[in-house]
Amino acid sequence: MSVISSVLLLAQEQQPTAPAKVEAPPVGAIWPILIVLGAACVGVLFEAFLPRHQRWPAQVVLSLLTVVGAGIALVAYATDAPAAGELAMKGTLAVDRPALFLWGTLLALSLGAVLLIADRSVEPGGAFVASAAIRPGTVQDRAQVASTGMQTEVFPLTLFALGGMMIFCAANDLLTMFIALEVLSLPLYLMCGLARRRRLLSQEAAVKYFLLGAFASAFFLYGVALLYGYAGSVRLADISAAAAGTDRSDTLLFAGMGLLVVGLLFKASVGPFHTWTPDVYQGAPTPVTAFMAACTKVAAFGGILRVLQVAFQSTNWEWRGVLWGVAIVSMVIGAVLGLTQTDVKRMIAYSSVAHAGFLLIGSIALTEKGLSGTLFYLLTYGFTTLATFGVISLVRDASGEATHLSQWAGLAKRSPLVAAVFTFLLLALAGIPLTSGFVGKFVVFEAAIDDGMAPLVVVGLVASAVAAFFYLRVIVLMYFSEPAADGPTVTVPGAFTTAAITLGVLVTLLLGVAPAFALDWASGAVFAIR
Amino acid sequence: MTTSGTGSWLLAALLLLPLVGAAVVVALRGNDRTAKLAALGFSVAEFVVALVSWANFEPGGARLQQSFSFDWIPAFGVHISFAIDGIALVMIAVIGLLVPLVIGAGWADKLPEGRTKGGFFSLILLEQALTVGVFAATDVFLFYVLFEIMLIPMYFLIGSYGGARRQYAAVKFFLYSFLGGLIMLASVIGCYVLAGDELGKGTFDWATLVQVVHDAPLSTQIWLFLGFFVAFAIKAPLVPVHTWLPDATAEAPIGVAVLLVGILDKVGTFGFLRYLLPMFPLASKELAPLVLVLAVAGVIYGSLLATGQRDMKRFLAYVSIAHFGFIALGIFAFSSQAMTGSVTYMINHSIATGMLILVVGMVISRGGGSSRVADYGGMAKLTPLLAGVLLIAGLSSLSLPGTNSFVSEFLVLIGSYPNAPVYTIIATVGMIFAALYVLWLYQRIMQGPLRGNALVGEEPLAGPSTGTAGGVGTLVDSAVGAKKAILDLNLREKAVLAPLILLIVGLGLFPKPVLDTVTPTVDATMCAAGLVDPVQSAERQLQCP
Repeated sequence: MSVISSVLLLAQEQQPTAPAKVEAPPVGAIWPILIVLGAACVGVLFEAFLPRHQRWPAQVVLSLLTVVGAGIALVAYATDAPAAGELAMKGTLAVDRPALFLWGTLLALSLGAVLLIADRSVEPGGAFVASAAIRPGTVQDRAQVASTGMQTEVFPLTLFALGGMMIFCAANDLLTMFIALEVLSLPLYLMCGLARRRRLLSQEAAVKYFLLGAFASAFFLYGVALLYGYAGSVRLADISAAAAGTDRSDTLLFAGMGLLVVGLLFKASVGPFHTWTPDVYQGAPTPVTAFMAACTKVAAFGGILRVLQVAFQSTNWEWRGVLWGVAIVSMVIGAVLGLTQTDVKRMIAYSSVAHAGFLLIGSIALTEKGLSGTLFYLLTYGFTTLATFGVISLVRDASGEATHLSQWAGLAKRSPLVAAVFTFLLLALAGIPLTSGFVGKFVVFEAAIDDGMAPLVVVGLVASAVAAFFYLRVIVLMYFSEPAADGPTVTVPGAFTTAAITLGVLVTLLLGVAPAFALDWASGAVFAIR
Repeated sequence: MTTSGTGSWLLAALLLLPLVGAAVVVALRGNDRTAKLAALGFSVAEFVVALVSWANFEPGGARLQQSFSFDWIPAFGVHISFAIDGIALVMIAVIGLLVPLVIGAGWADKLPEGRTKGGFFSLILLEQALTVGVFAATDVFLFYVLFEIMLIPMYFLIGSYGGARRQYAAVKFFLYSFLGGLIMLASVIGCYVLAGDELGKGTFDWATLVQVVHDAPLSTQIWLFLGFFVAFAIKAPLVPVHTWLPDATAEAPIGVAVLLVGILDKVGTFGFLRYLLPMFPLASKELAPLVLVLAVAGVIYGSLLATGQRDMKRFLAYVSIAHFGFIALGIFAFSSQAMTGSVTYMINHSIATGMLILVVGMVISRGGGSSRVADYGGMAKLTPLLAGVLLIAGLSSLSLPGTNSFVSEFLVLIGSYPNAPVYTIIATVGMIFAALYVLWLYQRIMQGPLRGNALVGEEPLAGPSTGTAGGVGTLVDSAVGAKKAILDLNLREKAVLAPLILLIVGLGLFPKPVLDTVTPTVDATMCAAGLVDPVQSAERQLQCP
């Protein structure tokens, strides 16, 4: 990644003191990040020094403790955090209300994701390959499928990705944001390729994600360069100030912004920058898909919200129309292409594209309501998606997960509980009232109408109705169709997966029935602009 | 929690009883008999509570009575608040009446393999709780929530227990209604935002929203009106968004078809009265011609298609579409007489069409599940009583004087004439069609020599069935010539139909109790919409506060 090194050079030139000399953080604001990244390093040391059979328990305990510990540190800080937020690390991180909310969301979601990743009962030995270097289809590969070993590096990778996501949401300048982007992406590329079964598909997913991701990073970086040329600084607040009243060339500003936003939209899998999503969601090991779908979405939209609201708020008349179009395209692509899918993971992938469109509606409502609504939506969507992929990992046949829709026929007859839980989650994704999905849609659409985007909301509602069809189709299959004779069985999940699914379902229900407390957390959030 | 007026606990009981019942029945589903008895017990108890609630209701009192309310989502000013007015009350009473009858009628039906009676009845009770909630909700957000949630039990009732094409019908039903609901959601949010601009803080309280939105400019009102209207028109259903109803009715089990046509569809016309007219008076006046055209088109179109139907269950759906045309005509003709007619029509349609569906269900169950008209003929010779009740239900459906439907249809037509003479004259043609389709159906099924594949073991008369017949279940085995053992009404079926016959005749001759209950609410609706009667009658004058 010569790109990164050149960026680091650039960063050092511009801010010679920032990354090189770590000063004592003024407050406990960044403890959660330090805990996560520190634990990730410890996890790497575990891999190096612990004997093979001790790694898995050690890594699981470490990861869970890390996430919980970071959560505690976050709560301890958030209880008496300054309302306006504060800057940490020489102004490179803005720890404000939205950042704290997003951190909390990310930590809670990764707790579920780590539980899914840690599960070894659904797939004997875990969903991850015993040794990633084995070539697919060889004798050794068949042997590793039967073995119970796994690459426990996935745990520190998860923590690194999580740390990157947390920095990404709080980054106060574009270079920090870019580095966070790479820190969160590189582990994900690797994790995608670690599936125990269907290795070719998994490796294909990893390569696709990596190549397209690298492309998007390049776009992002080029955007950063142009914006630096425009504003003479990479700090979001400086860009905002520069755009507010100057006679500088708008070409630089909007070209830079366009490239930057393309990179962000790619990470958030907003259509038409979504093309990697179905392949990667399908090929990646399902626990990783759950982690990616839930947490990457949160982090990416956290970044989009901050960039749009802090850096480009003042010029929104110029670019909002374009993002209107992008939101519409995303919703339409997600809803319409979702209809044609026959694989349940790909279907959820297109559903995530449609949801990205809804989230974008909230993100371009540049009001306090739009911000808090989008934050709340991210929380609800993350938990629902997490539990959805948890359930998907349970339905299996002899060759692994049975993700083809036809294999789900009549599932309700064999395992009514799993079918009922999945139905509930699908209804939440469709946005039926009394699920968190509805409240999320409601707050986002309310903010959008309030900000004068009623036509966009109508498109969104129609897209929701279209998307409801493919969720319903799965319910129809599960409940009203006869099971196939050689259909898949539902694995009785172990404690870890059960805990993760229960977490997701309970939050989905709770936020649907009594969302008041979470809405309170999300409301009143404003970005610290300094 | 805040309550006002007496009898809040009655309304709370009305909402909770079926919910508890659904939970109990589903827990008892292992034993068919206990589950059935429990379901019947809960539904009868609900009906009794509904009657007590009616007795406690003061028609001359406040518009909304027996109310209670508590906070749900304070951040958005959403409350869980319920109350009833005269229209909601009579609808809840009709639901209370129909559910035990539906349970009684479905007592001995065979369900698809692997399904239990307990599951079926518990879904019906759940649906009942939700529909009661929809009629009683006084918070628009809560109304929307229940409006959408209501689809889910119904979706499973059609999809799990229905006929051959049930999957298609269930999904079509769900998507139509869900789309309508979502479009309504846009308007709901629009009203909320409007209230936020006006009052400083958004609210979903129905009474407050009426005050706020009422004064909005016409262009705003039209958009908000259209959002609600699409949802209600799909629900009602008006032509051209009616196409889900024939499929859903044809595939649903008989009891579910009764609930669908008798209750769920009324939410649409109820919405016209409760939401469209008071909240958007300017838009209602502006767009009334649109609604009237759709209404009259529904009357004629429904009548024509009912006449041409070869499938009895689809026939019922088209009859209903024609009747909903009348109801919409009465509401949008803007006179208190016509509106009263429409409200009573909503009740009488539930009773008359509900009975017609139940009787047709009894015919179909005797014919081995075939709903094709051509499979029957001369049935009156085997089952004279059944033929008699079919005739009664049919005559009520065609609004014969002396039956309950006549009162309401007459009120609708006479009240609509001054404001909408052309529409009324065209709609009257529908009455003639009604006589045609009802009597012709009766004649084909009941009269003449005994014939038809379902009754005697002959080949079907009409040759292979064509596409439109749809939903033909398993035909009875066509053994040679012998007449099958087809029995007349049994005691249970008589018990189910007797209350309906009583009401058809009773309300036909003495509609006063219902009229007295609904009239103040109708007047309040007229006043809220700023409407005046085109012709003042001596006996009854609209007096607005």
